[in-house]
Amino acid sequence: MRAAAARVGLRVATGLTVAFLYLPIAVIALYAFNGDRGQTWPITNFSLQWFGDAFNNQSVRDAMVLSVSIATLAMLAAIILGTAASLAVHRYRFFGRDIVSFALVLPIALPGIITGIALNAAFRGIGLGLGTLTIVIGHATFCVVVVYNNVIARLRRSSSSLEEASADLGADQLQTFRYVTLPVIRTALLAGALLAFALSFDEIIVTYFVAGTQETIPIWIYDHLHQPNQRPIVNVVALFVILLSTIPVYISQRLVGAEATAGAATGASARR
Amino acid sequence: MNNRRWAALVAATAILASACSGTATTPPAATGTPANSVAPPTTVASGTPAASAGPSLPTSVGAGEGELDLVIWPGYAEDGSNDPHYNWVKPFQDATGCKVNAKTADTSDDMYNLMTQNHGLYDGVSASGDASNRLIGAGEIAPINVNLIPDYVNISPFLQSPAHNTVNGVHYGISLGWGANFLMYNTKDFTTAPTSWASVFDPTQAAAVKGKITDYAGPIYIADAALYLKSAQPALGITDPYELTQPQFDAAVALLKAQQPFVGKYWASYTDEIDNFEAGTSTIGTAWQYQANTITADGKVKIATVVPTEGVTGWADTWMMSAYAKHPNCMYLWMAWALKPDTQVQSAEYFGEAPANPLACPKLDAVYGPYGIKDFCTIYHAQDTAFYNAVAFWKTPSADCGDSRGKTCVDYSKWIDAYTSVKG
Amino acid sequence: MPGGARRRLLGWFSRHPRLQLLALLVPPAGWFGLVYYGSLALLLVSAFWTLDPTTHQVLHQFSLANLQKLVTESVYPTIALRTTVIAAIVTVADAVIAFPIAFYMARVASPRTRAALAVAVLLPLWASYLVRVYAWRVILSDSGLVDWAFAQLGIANVGSLFGISDLSMTIVFIYLWLPYMILPIFAGLERIPASYLEASADLGGRPWTTFRRIILPLAIPALAAGSIFTFSLTLGDYITPSLVSNSQFIGNVIVGELGVAGDIPFAAAFAMVPIAIMAVYLLTVRRLGAFEAL
Repeated sequence: MRAAAARVGLRVATGLTVAFLYLPIAVIALYAFNGDRGQTWPITNFSLQWFGDAFNNQSVRDAMVLSVSIATLAMLAAIILGTAASLAVHRYRFFGRDIVSFALVLPIALPGIITGIALNAAFRGIGLGLGTLTIVIGHATFCVVVVYNNVIARLRRSSSSLEEASADLGADQLQTFRYVTLPVIRTALLAGALLAFALSFDEIIVTYFVAGTQETIPIWIYDHLHQPNQRPIVNVVALFVILLSTIPVYISQRLVGAEATAGAATGASARR
Repeated sequence: MNNRRWAALVAATAILASACSGTATTPPAATGTPANSVAPPTTVASGTPAASAGPSLPTSVGAGEGELDLVIWPGYAEDGSNDPHYNWVKPFQDATGCKVNAKTADTSDDMYNLMTQNHGLYDGVSASGDASNRLIGAGEIAPINVNLIPDYVNISPFLQSPAHNTVNGVHYGISLGWGANFLMYNTKDFTTAPTSWASVFDPTQAAAVKGKITDYAGPIYIADAALYLKSAQPALGITDPYELTQPQFDAAVALLKAQQPFVGKYWASYTDEIDNFEAGTSTIGTAWQYQANTITADGKVKIATVVPTEGVTGWADTWMMSAYAKHPNCMYLWMAWALKPDTQVQSAEYFGEAPANPLACPKLDAVYGPYGIKDFCTIYHAQDTAFYNAVAFWKTPSADCGDSRGKTCVDYSKWIDAYTSVKG
Repeated sequence: MPGGARRRLLGWFSRHPRLQLLALLVPPAGWFGLVYYGSLALLLVSAFWTLDPTTHQVLHQFSLANLQKLVTESVYPTIALRTTVIAAIVTVADAVIAFPIAFYMARVASPRTRAALAVAVLLPLWASYLVRVYAWRVILSDSGLVDWAFAQLGIANVGSLFGISDLSMTIVFIYLWLPYMILPIFAGLERIPASYLEASADLGGRPWTTFRRIILPLAIPALAAGSIFTFSLTLGDYITPSLVSNSQFIGNVIVGELGVAGDIPFAAAFAMVPIAIMAVYLLTVRRLGAFEAL
């Protein structure tokens, strides 16, 4: 009896929590149709014009292309660095091994504003002009941990006997990696990479400090949210980005299930 | 748009000194050395090239170089992508062959850094009040020959050689537009129109609208308090709300601290203010004409603006050419284009400011596009010399009072700390 | 023979595990050591510089002036305390709200529902953070959605409870970071072997006892992991406070000092406060096993 009551309670709590999570999303969707410039409740004029305006807006398209390019580059850097770090930690004993995870987690755990101002000051200090390159460097820094966490979790769960067998059978290091290790970590790597991508795609605070004059999608949104004329367009763009992001989220969910979502929690947080 | 400009006007001289000391101090010979015997902010004087003979100015504009790189406040170079009604960039490109690349800046510091740290990258900038003099003082801006801008003669007389872009008779740019910071109120809550900033600053009057007052969120707002005190407490002897001695400054800060419990929201962007007025969260506070127009257009609440008896603060922008411009002809062509009546119609309406060139007024008054309002130029006081002269335009407070008081004024860095303590 | 050369090289490589380690470790260590920790160290050093009051140039001389200012002017400790307290409230609230849904996902829901819920919890995170905060302003403002909804039920003036206030800000923070708490707890609960719960039931443990004695202790690392996010994200935010409250957070002061005043040394000095708080926090939760649950 009590268990059944608890079950109902849990179900209600879950429903309420999901409603809480989606209330603002519903508001965003609704206000994409707002005919007024001010954003106040309730909507008095409905309009479809913002959808056309958003899709015809060159600056949105440019920002989208830039965000995708940066996210791709940051993801590649994160794959390489994160995989290397996880293999090093998993296979070897070395001085400082215990602090690797701490060191990789810190860019996430410290507030984004600190990463932002630290990188900003450093880039200025060495005379590196702020732009696409500095954004990629900044993003990769907090994306590495996503890949690292996913891959190392997979490595810990898999047996090393396969790799040993491969070596015993005469395969060299690269062959072992290519034919044994990679298939084992492949899905975890992919999940981590997708999350790294999404992570970079929506990051704003670090980006704000290292972007110079480059306009990524979040920066574009930030710039245009302040302009009443542009706000309904921003809602349309935000809605579009949510819909787009269902794709990588769905794929990673299919691939690795719970592991991906756990990794996603780590990953997504770096965006702030 | 304007929110950025506000941030800009608010910005301090702080970064510049370090920035300008790190930059080359000799502009290319072709553009001449800016004649700079004015007193620029003392902080930048060290980086200023030695003043000597007057500048040699071009006497004609050659063919465009095919490209133009600008640093702008968002809204100053519209190509129709935000709203098809407002497009003065594409026609300019078609007419001159100069392809426009516009970088928007967040603050005056951003603008200053973009111009000083990337010599040759940007040809021009839409600098605001304080930033313009900082840039001139640092030798970053080329003097221009205003005779090469056909509409120069049509500009409102008070904007032809204003202090924020003309130094010792040398023009460092061409005025673009300006605006003032009015007192806006909800007519439902104020059946009789307020006439004084006392409505928000006087403790008893402020208490009556507790939680409904809105202030601008930024250190420069201390100047608005000082402007009020200038009339309300003549004993303080405030002459300029940006040049405050320590006792004057302390009084202004104390006024803001006393007001703090009654303030509902300090608005950082004008969208905030529009939302808060429309939602009823705010009923009175400082605002630009732009907010008033937008709220009126939406029609959710009824508001009005007044110029209180104490006067108002305000802002003014200038198109300026970099001393290191790679495309000076395109920049001249752009400045000429920007001042044409038809361009001014669009930029003034889109940006929400008084146009520098009153020839734009007939079309503006008759409403040009979706952001227009009837009698635009009257509402914005575009040709009102007396009004212009009464506006205390934003500038960066510096230790040097700029008058016989010498270096006894409170520097802007102190304004920032003081403002942090106002909000608590 | 390229093939032979390759084999010889790799063979030599395989006999030198230290070199393999180096090859793996140098790129990430170099990246983090130079880029991230280098920058962070620079920031910490610059906290001990000052801005020359007359020239506004950074003076590269050791000085405790900034730290002194932080301690002596009461406004800065006030802001730091407010930021930390609200971060703590948000963290506790998120933990309380997250636990039931995470438990439902991990132990009750069918695999299909579980997958759907995992996606549902994750998705809002990809909607632009800024746009979501603006959406909350519509919901919580004086005449907003909440006010309107209660007015329909005949209860007036509910909106004025929220509006622009610390309460609204706290609600928005709880909302923003909730998924970061749900997902680690879910992952943590899912890892608890079913046999533990069965054993508890077999030994006569009531559901509540099982929860308190078995589930909660085992979920501690996951809770701690989630709390890293909710706590640090609140601690470092400055956009939400400026949009839905009148209060200043540590981040607002840092941004103001940096962007408006250009006072990098003072911004860096104040940045040491959240760094110190997070360092203590991380060391604490590390002992709870949070890092393994990340």
